[in-house]
Amino acid sequence: MSDAFEPTIIAFCCKYCAYAAADLAGSMRLSYPANIKISQVPCTGRVDIVHLLKAIEDGADGVYVAGCMEGDCHFVSGNLKALKRVTCVKKTLAELGMEPERVEMFNLSSAMGPRFAEIAIEMTDRIRKLGPSPVRRQPQPEAAAE
Amino acid sequence: MTENVIGSAMVVGGGIGGIQSALDLANAGFFVYLVEKSPAIGGVMSALDKTFPTNDCSMCILSPKLVEVGRHRNIRLLTLSEVESVAGEAGNFTVTVRERPRYIDVEKCIACGKCAEKCPRKVKNEFNQGFSERKAAYVPYPQAVPLKYAIDAAHCIYFEKGKCRACEKFCPTGAVNFTQTETLHHIDVGAVILSPGFSPYNPAGVDRYGYGVLPNVITSMEFERILSASGPFEGHLVRPSDHQEPQKIAWLQCVGSRDIREDAHGYCSGICCMAAIKEALVAMEHAGSGLDTAIFYMDMRTHGKGFEQTFNQAREVAGVRFVRARVHSIEPADSHDLKITCFLDSGELHEEIFNLVVLSVGMEISKETRQLAEKLGVAVDSDGFAATSGFSPVATSRPGVFVSGAFAGPKDIPQTVVEASAAASASAALLAQARNRLTHERTYPDAMPVSGQTPRIGVFVCHCGTNIAGIVDVPSVRDYAQTLPDVVFATNNLFTCSQDTQQSIRQAIVEHGLNRVVVAACTPRTHEPLFQETLQEAGLNPYLFEFANIRDQNAWVHQKNPEAATQKARDLVRMAVARVSLLEAIEPLKIPVNPVALVIGAGVAGMSAALNLADQGFEIWLIERESQLGGHARQVRQIWNNEPVQPLLSCLIERVQNHESIHCLTGAEITAIDGFVGNFSTKVQTHQGLHTIAHGAVILATGGQPLQTTEYLCGQSGRVTTWHELEYLFDQYPEKLASATGIAFIQCVGSREPERPYCSRICCTASVQGAIRLKEKKPELRVVIFYRDMRTFGQREALYQKARGMGVIFIRYSAEDKPVVEVDAQGGLLITALDPILDRRLQIPVDYLNLATAIVPTEGQKQIAQMLKVPLNDDGFYLEAHVKLRPVDFSTDGVFVCGLAHYPKPIEESVAQGQAAASRASALLVKESIDIAPIVSVVDESRCIGCGLCEASCSFGAIRLKKVTGKGYRAENISALCKGCGVCAAACPQQAIDMKHFRETQILAALCAGAAA
Repeated sequence: MSDAFEPTIIAFCCKYCAYAAADLAGSMRLSYPANIKISQVPCTGRVDIVHLLKAIEDGADGVYVAGCMEGDCHFVSGNLKALKRVTCVKKTLAELGMEPERVEMFNLSSAMGPRFAEIAIEMTDRIRKLGPSPVRRQPQPEAAAE
Repeated sequence: MTENVIGSAMVVGGGIGGIQSALDLANAGFFVYLVEKSPAIGGVMSALDKTFPTNDCSMCILSPKLVEVGRHRNIRLLTLSEVESVAGEAGNFTVTVRERPRYIDVEKCIACGKCAEKCPRKVKNEFNQGFSERKAAYVPYPQAVPLKYAIDAAHCIYFEKGKCRACEKFCPTGAVNFTQTETLHHIDVGAVILSPGFSPYNPAGVDRYGYGVLPNVITSMEFERILSASGPFEGHLVRPSDHQEPQKIAWLQCVGSRDIREDAHGYCSGICCMAAIKEALVAMEHAGSGLDTAIFYMDMRTHGKGFEQTFNQAREVAGVRFVRARVHSIEPADSHDLKITCFLDSGELHEEIFNLVVLSVGMEISKETRQLAEKLGVAVDSDGFAATSGFSPVATSRPGVFVSGAFAGPKDIPQTVVEASAAASASAALLAQARNRLTHERTYPDAMPVSGQTPRIGVFVCHCGTNIAGIVDVPSVRDYAQTLPDVVFATNNLFTCSQDTQQSIRQAIVEHGLNRVVVAACTPRTHEPLFQETLQEAGLNPYLFEFANIRDQNAWVHQKNPEAATQKARDLVRMAVARVSLLEAIEPLKIPVNPVALVIGAGVAGMSAALNLADQGFEIWLIERESQLGGHARQVRQIWNNEPVQPLLSCLIERVQNHESIHCLTGAEITAIDGFVGNFSTKVQTHQGLHTIAHGAVILATGGQPLQTTEYLCGQSGRVTTWHELEYLFDQYPEKLASATGIAFIQCVGSREPERPYCSRICCTASVQGAIRLKEKKPELRVVIFYRDMRTFGQREALYQKARGMGVIFIRYSAEDKPVVEVDAQGGLLITALDPILDRRLQIPVDYLNLATAIVPTEGQKQIAQMLKVPLNDDGFYLEAHVKLRPVDFSTDGVFVCGLAHYPKPIEESVAQGQAAASRASALLVKESIDIAPIVSVVDESRCIGCGLCEASCSFGAIRLKKVTGKGYRAENISALCKGCGVCAAACPQQAIDMKHFRETQILAALCAGAAA
């Protein structure tokens, strides 16, 4: 199963840098796995712990947040706040017995199309190696009984 | 001036300068005709790969401006057009414009590209510098505005042989029209702005470079296209002769510039040093490790904001080799390689083989531009640049005709943008009484109420020609969309952005009663505003729209995997549909604008800004800390072109002081600034008392100051002076000059040092001019200038040539081996320094030493920045919103910057930047109220527990706790300050804060649809 495993990965991208970098990867015709689905947010500071956990709960095998370079946040420090939340979610996952590497924070500028593609490849490889999310693996047999 | 002032202007030239002028004027209440001789606007910038110093993708930052011009109601584009003549006078001109036929009806063309596909005639693609081919039916480049094809009559088979017309046969919309003829337009305008730009120097036929003979000797413009992802080799770094990847590339600087031979130009082109550094860095990025890059130069002129840092990084981190040598010849070597011969600093002959040589060609004024100037009666100087004055840098010799960009002297993009805005504000001041007379406001039908209604979603899936449909199975995505909840209509379009598709979207909204729309296409970054406007035209609130990015983030990046791309397109559409079904109508937030501007600092920049705005009819408060107006310019003697500063400055001060709309407060200190765009309130303390001023905009012109240094005995010896002090000393005590035999200048004192890495830009010119003045007064005086790189950029180079001609001695030193200054036995000064040409340490006795110390920000700058929450860069200068295209704006609306507070600059640039800041401010001040982005956070007071985490997390002071009787504290949002980042919503532990358009439910709906693949 794991040979054919194609993970679903959600990427929260801020409008000013990461989303623009993703577009640039496109205009440069770079190639990266189709597993990444981007959700645009005005700033990574909008991304809440709940969003990251909910992505996993809903069946994503990995989720990452991509914001501006540190110090370059369009909204001063939203990306630093996002980093704190990602760190917190990693801890929570570890406590739940899940791999914290399923969640990650990246920083890149709008001119870094190649870096965007690199991150997409890196995350897809990482999640492929980890295998399907345990939430998906065990479709919560007892949860419904609650 | 005429009484019949016309409320429109003509901008000639559709490069970045013309675009900026057009947008500024059109947004300030004037109708604009933008005349461009080629089929599309964009100019040189559209052909650049990246822009220095940030290496932003040139097209990415330009494209939104192109789109804005193309869509602007108050800009009429005249492409393939040239100005024939201008009759009349300032305020009331009649311009005759000759428009050549496009042979394609722009109203009908949907830019599908069929005509080009079927056209049998291939011609060299000039946009790609001839490295690729295009057809005779073509668009200049993929992002062209207007995105309309044109038929190149010079190469069309039908025009040559009388038959073919394949394009006409295959055009799906019948847009090809071979009967079109030339049209003469007679257009009445109040002002004319010339921004025809430059031509790159053409080195063909100049023996020493071998250009045109040796295939691997190329120009910098050609190299830009080679680097470009959308260029002839798709960004793959190869050389022309064999399409192999070069291992060694050389850049030769000053090709056609700083060269007094007949076939070149004596002036410095000002931009080529940075362009070469950028190209070397980008080339290394493309090639990966192992690429050897060498730049052969005379002086590295990295005198702009952030330039020196890029130079340092290129040298110290990236490993670009900088070789100080003027290459005298390029010869062919084996296998198309090239042998470069030059003399190194040490005097030794150096030969080196390169695979590719890039000629950093300079700027020149084309024959056509010179003819244009002649036709219009606009004076040019001997280099062909428009003649201007230091205190009116954008006014030509003909009243009512203004100039911007490279036509007024060699310059880079930010300075062009500054001048373009300045030319717009100079025009606006001339035409102020006719403002809003010829412009049209866009009106929309009342939006239908949708709240409470079941979503009825329409999905439009774009082929984007073959961009998407070549990879993604578009019909299957459309069919899939049809099956999604609440989708009542789905269709596919060849080009969803075309005019006729907008019509069909409007129709679908009405016919199917749609109350939500999803477009699956290119990217919202460029096209969301277009579709939102279409929704508004159909009576739908623009926020009931969602974009599925299936081109830039799907078809283009998954070209090798069409199946996966199709599946992902379905997923993205599902996410968009899930989100759009929960989106709500958002009403615009209108805030009133107080049409008063506060200008902080009354140097030339601040006074220029104040005077222009006052001439435009606005009330101005001009705040100056010192007791008199004028700032540092009071001490400056000459503009670089030798115009005396003091008479011009007195005239400016007098006009400012006598202007009835300008209130000057001198000896004044700002103690507090509150408020936001349109509605600021500032407290100013003067000797008379405390003033509270209400205003709608702020212009920061707080200036700069020379660094106080202790280097080189400064402060210890009365013979060591800085900046203007030496000449004032001689003015006061002429006998000191009379008895002096030697004078020295030392450059870069405190600049280009590790703790202050930037170049102060103006010091080389200032010292060279000072040296010339001293030589003129006393020719036998020995004058020595110790410098690191002589940065007399642009036409200032003539001063450097003149000084050398007069016998001023220039001795170069390095940061590691600075001159040493001692007091000698006679009480004079003894300077010891290594002369790199002689390779000997010299001892030079002088009577006086003048230091060109760094220009640093004023002490108050930091406090003002904190009051307004605007950023400073590492060097303490204000950091503008975008270094290239928004050089006087901040990301904080309503606040603008000009003059030395932004970066060290000469007077004429300060004046231009002051006028540019006025232009940007006027676009705000002319409006009674402005719409601010309504995507803001909202507080549900009933859930708020008053913990204050939101207030602590907000970087903009847009959310604060207020006291609520009986409940303690509750959070309150100040929408006008809210930037819409959503940090507070994520920070709130009670989920009492949500953010419009990015509500919790909306984010989760998309997330859930995406995760559940």
